[in-house]
Amino acid sequence: MKIEVLSRIPQLVIYGIISGSIITLGAIGLSLTYGILNFANFAHGDIMALGAFLGLISLALLRSLGIPQTPFGPLSFGPPMILAILMAMIFTGGVAIFIDRILYRQMRRTARITLLIASVGVAFGLRNIIQFIWGPLPQYYFKGIQLARKVPLIGVKIKPDQIFIIGFAALLVAILHLFLQKTKTGKAMRAASDNMELARVSGINTEKVILWTWAIGTALAAGAGILAGIENKFITPSLGWEMLLPIFAAVILGGIGSPYGAMVGGMIIGLSEEISTAFISTAYKPGVAFVIMIAVLLIKPRGLFGVK
Amino acid sequence: MESAVGVLNYMVFFAITAGIYAILCLGLNIQWGYTGLFNIGIAGFYAVGAYTSALLSGPPPGPLDWRTFGGFQLPFPVGVLGAIFISGIIAAFIGFLTLRLKEDYLAIATIGIAEVIRLILKNESWLTNSVWGMKHIPSPLYQPIQRGISGFITAHPDLSFWIRGLISNAYNWFYLAIILAILGTLYWVSERSIRSPWGRVLRAIREDETVVAAAGKNVFQFKMQSFILGAMIMGMAGSLYAHYAKFIDANSFEPLYGTFLIWVMLIAGGSGNSKGAILGAFVIWGIWAGTDFMSGYLALSATRVASLRVIAIAVLLELVLLLRPQGLLGEEKVVSKMMGK
Repeated sequence: MKIEVLSRIPQLVIYGIISGSIITLGAIGLSLTYGILNFANFAHGDIMALGAFLGLISLALLRSLGIPQTPFGPLSFGPPMILAILMAMIFTGGVAIFIDRILYRQMRRTARITLLIASVGVAFGLRNIIQFIWGPLPQYYFKGIQLARKVPLIGVKIKPDQIFIIGFAALLVAILHLFLQKTKTGKAMRAASDNMELARVSGINTEKVILWTWAIGTALAAGAGILAGIENKFITPSLGWEMLLPIFAAVILGGIGSPYGAMVGGMIIGLSEEISTAFISTAYKPGVAFVIMIAVLLIKPRGLFGVK
Repeated sequence: MESAVGVLNYMVFFAITAGIYAILCLGLNIQWGYTGLFNIGIAGFYAVGAYTSALLSGPPPGPLDWRTFGGFQLPFPVGVLGAIFISGIIAAFIGFLTLRLKEDYLAIATIGIAEVIRLILKNESWLTNSVWGMKHIPSPLYQPIQRGISGFITAHPDLSFWIRGLISNAYNWFYLAIILAILGTLYWVSERSIRSPWGRVLRAIREDETVVAAAGKNVFQFKMQSFILGAMIMGMAGSLYAHYAKFIDANSFEPLYGTFLIWVMLIAGGSGNSKGAILGAFVIWGIWAGTDFMSGYLALSATRVASLRVIAIAVLLELVLLLRPQGLLGEEKVVSKMMGK
């Protein structure tokens, strides 16, 4: 029994890295908006779902344009899927900026906590707009089942699509890293995250920083939503709600406002959730995220890389 | 006349549900309206109250049940007190962890605990009977009252149809009386407490807790008391719901019904104002139940109509936040008799 459990661990580590990649993308976006706009955006999960469904529209659009659908090598999808991810990221960023203009912006000068309530309203609104259009049943990006292949030497199984998920998430994280470190806007964002007032008096256009934060944070969320859809094989309107707890746990573990902390936090949450399935029921995966969150709040409330 | 009886009977049913929501709103009002504690896991406390009551007062597991625990058939008041007690314990746990930290942590932790409670309801079938739910939860004095009603009707065979319709619904009138009595008591307690020194400390914490701490008050303890008291009231509402509905399952406590609507009610009614909390519960539940009637006239599927209603309620919430953040009835700025208006 013990040996049997242990022998499953390497495979679960692979699953953990896959789900950790998705959680990380969601958590980075949440941590950025949290750090810079200074409120916990409870609609972030539903923004992920929105991204996943905007990906579905984009995919349909691209297919109707007749873009060749031949899958890339062993992957189960071709160029339209990649383009659809990018389109959905841009659309989602646009929607988020729109919501900010008509809603959050009007509230920024009043009590900060009003934004929290507003974001709960946005969360339920978005989820039900999705459900109104597509209904509660699962939707699919593509048909067909892909078989897992054995990786030589290590003896674990992985699907080509899953390698894509890890690779694509890593690529987005790398681009974000370069953006934050090398570009002026990225540096302004980090400064604003550390201290908004100080950033403003040193001449940083904070409204512009806020727009960029929404765009980048929610675009990453959209990417996470679509990757979750590829991994699960389907998307439903409640996709975002189900991810909300792991994402918040990752942000708290990493330290609020730290995108790098969110990366580490996301991976740890993903790995713990998957490895836990060797010992407890898979139904309790979100419970594992909660327990980690509670432990962090007890031991180190600022998180691993927290500054605030 | 017959339709009038139908409407009246529906109104009683409506008032019972709205009354339970009003109790939840009073609980949230103590946490959020008075103290500024952001609880978006109301559904968790509501569910814990309902299940605790079902386990204490309900029947033991039947042959078709998966659960192997509970069903002590204790009296209704024991069920209610148990619900209050257990919700309070859970609130103490969450409060202890988060109330020293920035307010968002409490919000996140309440989402977490509500989600974990939902998972337990769905998966721990030995305790909660999972998807089969808890059945045959007794309503207080149900048998004697129903026996009385049928006795009265058989003794008076010449009653007109509509009077009979009214009398057969007498149990609901009785339950409504219980709800209104509890709601009235809680309203009184809540008004008294906000006018007390204790209540003034809560409001001061909401406005600026650093100042309160500087004035020598133990902010953490006051927050704990407020959070636990609010959660106990929510648990009590859950118990009252379980004893009325007689059947509960995890779906009765989805975040939409268990958390979101209550927030909209409090914000729309006027947070910080007990009258506002109660008014908001009745108005929003009126809109919610009213739009259910409309659904027959729309050429849309039931799930689409349901989504449309949530979208409308969400838009309503945002409009209130933007245009009338104080709600229908704003907070009374001066509540102390000692101070001039």
